[in-house]
Formats: sequence, structure tokens, C-alpha cells
Amino acid sequence: MAKSITFTLNGKKTRAEIDPDQTLLWVLRNHFGLTGTKFGCGNGFCGACTVLIDDEAVRSCSVPFGDVQGKKVVTIEGLAVNGRLHPLQQAFVDNDALQCGYCTPGMILTALALLKKNPAPTRAQIIEGMDDNLCRCGAHPRIIKAIDEAAKKMKGGK
Amino acid sequence: MKKVNTTGKSAANEAAAIKRRDFFRILGGGILVFFSPWDALGIMALPADQARTLTKDYNAFVHFAADGSVTCYTGKIEMGQGIINSLPPMMADELNVAIEKVKLVMGDTELCPYDAGTWGSLTTRSFGPAMRAALAEARGVMVELASEKLKVPVSDLKVENGTIISLKDPQKKITYGELAQGKRIERYLTVKPPVEDYRDFTYVGKPRFRTDSVEKVTGKALYAGDLKLPGMLFARILRPPSHGATLKSVNTAPAEKIAGVKVVRDGDMVAVVSENKDLADEAVAKIEAEYTFSEMPVNDKTIFDWMLKADTSSSVSNTAGNIEEGRKESDVVFEHEYHDVYLAHAPMETHTALAVFEGEKLTVWAATQSPFGLQDGLAQGLGMQRDNIRVIAPFVGGGFGGKSAYQQGIEAARLAKVTGKPVMVVWSREEEFFYDTFHSAAVVKVNSGMDDNGLIKFWDYHVWMAGTRGAEQIYEVPNRKTTSYSRGRNAPPVHPFATGPWRAPNNNTNTFARECQIDIMAARAGIDPLDFRLRNLKNQHVIDCLKAAADRFGYTPGRLPSGRGIGIACGFDAGTWQATIAEISVDRNSGKITVKRLVCAQDMGLCVNPQGALIQMEGCLMMGMGYALSEEVLFEGGDIKTKGFDTYEIPKFSWTPEIECIILDRKDQAPQGGGEPAIIAVGAVIANALFDATGARVFRVPLTPSRVLEALKKS
Repeated sequence: MAKSITFTLNGKKTRAEIDPDQTLLWVLRNHFGLTGTKFGCGNGFCGACTVLIDDEAVRSCSVPFGDVQGKKVVTIEGLAVNGRLHPLQQAFVDNDALQCGYCTPGMILTALALLKKNPAPTRAQIIEGMDDNLCRCGAHPRIIKAIDEAAKKMKGGK
Repeated sequence: MKKVNTTGKSAANEAAAIKRRDFFRILGGGILVFFSPWDALGIMALPADQARTLTKDYNAFVHFAADGSVTCYTGKIEMGQGIINSLPPMMADELNVAIEKVKLVMGDTELCPYDAGTWGSLTTRSFGPAMRAALAEARGVMVELASEKLKVPVSDLKVENGTIISLKDPQKKITYGELAQGKRIERYLTVKPPVEDYRDFTYVGKPRFRTDSVEKVTGKALYAGDLKLPGMLFARILRPPSHGATLKSVNTAPAEKIAGVKVVRDGDMVAVVSENKDLADEAVAKIEAEYTFSEMPVNDKTIFDWMLKADTSSSVSNTAGNIEEGRKESDVVFEHEYHDVYLAHAPMETHTALAVFEGEKLTVWAATQSPFGLQDGLAQGLGMQRDNIRVIAPFVGGGFGGKSAYQQGIEAARLAKVTGKPVMVVWSREEEFFYDTFHSAAVVKVNSGMDDNGLIKFWDYHVWMAGTRGAEQIYEVPNRKTTSYSRGRNAPPVHPFATGPWRAPNNNTNTFARECQIDIMAARAGIDPLDFRLRNLKNQHVIDCLKAAADRFGYTPGRLPSGRGIGIACGFDAGTWQATIAEISVDRNSGKITVKRLVCAQDMGLCVNPQGALIQMEGCLMMGMGYALSEEVLFEGGDIKTKGFDTYEIPKFSWTPEIECIILDRKDQAPQGGGEPAIIAVGAVIANALFDATGARVFRVPLTPSRVLEALKKS
């Protein structure tokens, strides 16, 4: 049964009449057209569908839409401001830290949640924080480097 | 050498022979130059049922637009491998135009002339030179047009940065864009690749970063599953529990009870459709189905004996000398058996397709490595005319060979036909792990011998079900023979499920077996494994790779096992030579291997985009650790046990070793493949490093902790 859900989506107050049992992943993709959030496995093992809910990285395939009531949801589409890439996005570009690009949105949002908690992670902490996000192309070394670079830039107040 | 048909009868005939489409209606004028590059490898790779009259079709064309841009249309697709970056430098250099003016339209059967498929690391080495030759001709066409317009002989014209300029009077000039203004010109060319001259390159050979990364980091890049059409339905198809199962009875009533869900049937296909993806997922799980089972009596443990006993036919290749003579000349002989397992491609994007009918016309957007193959499959599967089918491959979220198969596209089209609505099929991860065309398991038996000086005297190589890619003997062996066993004609199937090409198809199997055997021989000879290889090699390409890798690694000689955990291997794939060195550590209590460092050097001839090639090498090494250490499809008959990332473990961030890749500078040589070669030796270097660390030898991949422990007990 559809229910009115109010939440903040990429900085905008949003209200939607949607079945709260639907997964956040497919509501974002199919109702809001935010297809940067990818379907990878449907059971939380791969991280391609990662979004932020109140600054925490969560697997949107495993979250009922109703859970976002009153919360702040950020998807990959919400990171760039006025066309200016977020430092993490820019660092991925600068390091060619992607190939097919399918896991990339989930990687960037997982990294963002990590940096919000720990703005100056060590290499080991980056690896630990990213370990449950899968990439089949093997961009791992470049992703680690991109996150490290972004962390250093973001600490500079950018 | 080359023939340029700009006017005249033959061009008109050829033009009439192709299915003419009104390109100008789509492109809005300009100058179109069609070309038919020689693509012998592509033609040979074509399955018989997809054969087309390639000589009359045109493989690609280039469009000069009034805004000065130049667009190449090609049936190749971008799946992460980066040809979106390696083709434009070649275009810009041949046309003498700024790279910013160069565009690519890929993987659309309506706009792009025929292409067999994107695989085999062929785009740069085979299609690339042909395209370059054709573009050189296209530039010639533009110069001719300029000559007419400027009234300056062709010999007095040069091209600079997209502008054709008179050598005698630089005031006389005209740009590509100006020439294209208000024009509707078509020219047809037949060309073959000329000799490369690397000295004239502006862009080729310079590192170039990805041009699709901004789209990909902002979520704007569109993959097949990101498309949406009005009234679109998501479909889920009822799947059998096993490849040996046949549907006996089905009760769809529980699914039909769900509001917003419809059950549809098309022949033997039972599916649910809904505008709501979650409801389709929920509904398909509620269908009650009974099956009869006819399982092949084989599982992941018995598969190797099963293969050895299978009804096979054999072919012999790579023969020289006489094996028995070589045996007599040998002071020590070796006989070992190596096993490889079934592997999944496991791209992060599952097989996905959106299909829609508009009247008789079918359009399918699909995650595929073979848009034209899917077009043929649809024509066959739905009994349609090929001309009524358009297939478009948007960005593809990883392929690795697995998206050469396109079952999902046919499923979406069948359901679009039955429902009369646009239908999106997104395979679940379980479906992806079930219907994947797995890398084949294999058995290799190597019988070899050497003299007291560590010189290999004979090599009798037998491979079951993997074929001979990578089985070419790279060492100097006077007496040698390769026997390859595959399923016999009219023999029962060997595999309980589908198999297909997996990155560097089967070269991993053959390189693993050969390079482990070489290491075993080096150990017995008491000769450092690098030295042993160099003694038995004459091919300068691979010698240079070994030396470059050893130099970067800081390799110092040692006798096996040295206790250091260093492994060496080398090989050849897709025209490219390579050598890899690994350093590992082994936890003797758990059997867990940690790869600390991987150094790989490769000779790929002219490297078109060094940045892209390095990334492919890194990706190969990371992905290769998966088949080396953990990846294995477990099964009982046709029942796949590993249908998720929890049971089929692929490489993770915590596995990331220090990776160093070296591309040898070979600008004067023809470009070779780059998407696959660096993966072929990862299994062997890790197995060899394990032996070096511990004296324990594992004769199969993956080297799981339990297999390592078992080998440690034996050693």
C-alpha cells in the first residue's frame, strides 16, 4: 500500500506516495530516475547500490523505502555542486580510478561515508573501509590512491 | 596498393549492394566516407550462422560534419577496456585534426556498419590499423575536394589541424568543416593497412586519460538497465533449479494474486511482469514449479576424471623433432598433471536488456559485447527480418567474454512481443551465476625432459577441453608435440552447462601448466628459475620482458625453493609477450596466501595509449588473483552451488598487492592486444612463489588455503 514518505533527497525536501516496502534502490532508479545507483547483486554483497542515509553508507537494495522517512538521502547525482565535481569524484577522474564504471558510484559514496567518519585515513583504513565493495575490472589500486588523494585535498577545507 | 573509388560504376554497385539507410536524414548532411577495412581475424572469428557478405558491407564509416567534427561509426562497444580512448588518437593522427574534434559512435546496428563483436583484444591490433589506413584515404578524399574548391593541385596541398592549406599560397585554405558545409557527399573506399610510420604521430603513443570518467563518476553514464520507456515492464523469468531440470508442472496462481503483477507465457518460458521491479522479484519467487531431473553424473571434484574418460577427438599441433628421441637425450624426465576449474565472468552489471516493438520494428538496448550477434540471434529466435531489428549497446558494465552471449536480449524481445509493452530484463545475480558461459575446466598432462645442463630436450603436452591458446611452446625445445582433446563429433556433452570465452580464453590454463612444469624442472636442475628460462629461450621479445620485470623487481638469483616466496612466469597472448614476477607470503597455519607484489613487463608492439594499456595490465593482474586464489564454480550435475558473491569470491581491496607494470617501448612494431595478456601468468607465478616459499607444489588453481595446507603436509 502506498504511503506518504517525506525525506531529503540530494538536499531537496521530497515527498512521495510509494509503497514503503519497495526497496530504496528501485524507488530511486525507477521512480526518481536516479539511475547512478546501480543494481549489482540484490543482497548487499557487492556495494554497487550504495547511497548515504544520514551520512552512513548503506546498501539501497536491502533497505525498504519506508526507512528513509525523515532522513537525508544522498545519491551519486547529489555530489557535484553546480557542475563542479566533488573532490572524491575529481580524484577518481584524475587517477583514472575506474574502467567499466559500474561500481564507481557505490565506491565514491562508500568512500565519502568513510571520510566523513575519518577524514585522514591510513592506507590500511581505506582498504578496510572499502573491502566490501566489489570491482571486477581490477581498479582497486587506483581507487585506493584516489581516496587517499581526495582525503588530503578535503582536509584542506575544499 | 590501394584503390580509391570516388566515382564510377563499381562504387555505385557497391553502394547499391549494401542495405542503404538514409544516413543524411540522421546526420543532417556533411561528407560520409565508407570504408571496408581488411579484418581477416574478424571474419574468421565469425560463427557460420552469423556469416555476412562482408566484402559488400562496410565495416565503418567516418562522417565529416559542418561544425568541423569528425565522427567514426563502429560496431565495437565500450565495456571498460578503454577503446573509447584508444581509437580517437589513431583517428586524430591520420586525419590531422585536433583530438577534441574526434567523436565515436559505437555499437548501434542501425548506424554502425557490421562488426563481429568486441573480443580477443582485436580492436587495437586488427581493427585499428585497418581504420587508420581507411582514415588516411578519407583524408585523401577531403584533399581532393579541397583541390577542386581551391583550384590548387592535390600535390600542392597539406593538412594541418583540420585545415587544408596550399603550400604555395597559405592564404588559400579551407577547413574540413567548411568543405562539409551544405554538402551531401558519399564516398566508398576499399583499403588495406599500410606500413605504420610512428614518427608522424601526434597523439598515438601518448598517455591519454579516460574521456568517459566524468560521466561515470557523476552517475550520468547510461547502461542498458538505466533506460526507461513509457509503460515499461520489468520481467522476471521462472528459472529451473538446475541445468538438468525440465519443467513438469507449474502453479502461477500465488504470483497472479499480487496486484500489479501479470504472469505471461511464451512457449516454454514462464515469466512475471510488473511496472514495479520489486513486485516482479517477489512474484517470481511465489511461483510453484515441479521439475524432472536428468543430471549429468559429475561434480566439481570428479570433473577431471570425467574429462579424461570423455569421448573426445584429438588434434596435434606444434610438432618438431621426435618425442622418443628427446626422451633418450634426456637425463631427467618429468610427468605432471594440472587442473583448471570452471570460472564465472561475474561482471558487476548482470546481463540486462530493454526491448520494444514499434509495429514490426524491434529495438533492443543490451549489455552485450556483440550487438550484431544479438541482432542475428533475435532474427533467428523471433523469426524476424534482420532489417527490422535494431540493437544498441550503451555503456557495458564489464564483459570479460561473458557478454558475447546474449540470451537476455532474446528473452526481453520475446516478452515485449507477448506483452505489447517495452520490457526490461535485468538478470539477478543468481541468474548471472547460473546462465553464465563459464570458463571451461580443463586437464593438462605434461611429459618433459632435460639434460644435465638444464636444456629442455622434449615436451609432450596434452590438454583436455581448453584448446591450444597459450599452448604454443615458447621455449626452444627440439622435440615437441601438443595434443589437444575436445568433445568428439556426435559425442555427448562434456560440460553440464554452457561454457565460453573468459578473458584470454584458456591461455590461463596452458600458461599455468607450462610455467609450473618449467619451474619444477628448474628446481630439479638446481638452477635459478629466471636463469633456467633464459637458457631455454631464444625469442628476444620474451627475454626482454623477463629481464625488464627482473630489473624492476630487483630480482636476485636463488635456487628453488629459496624460502623467499618469489615466483616467475612468462607467456604469450593476443600477439603480446609478457613476464610476471610475484612475491607472496604464506600463513603456514591457515594456508592463506597473501600476494605482496606483482611486477609485469609486456611487449605489445606499438602502444597506442600507454595510460589505457597500463590500466588494462593492472586490471588483469588484480582479476588474475581471483582465478589463482579463490574463484571456482562448485556444482553437482547441473546444479550450480556458487550463485552469489558470498560463495564465489572475487578479488577485494584487501588483496591489493603492490603492482608495477612496464610496457616495453616498441613503437616501430605493429600494435598487439592489451586487454588480456597480463592475466595469463598470475596463476603460475603464485603457484611458483608458493613453491619457492615452502617447497610445496599445488598442481591446480585456485590455490585455496585448504589446498595449500594439503600440499604443505606432503612437502
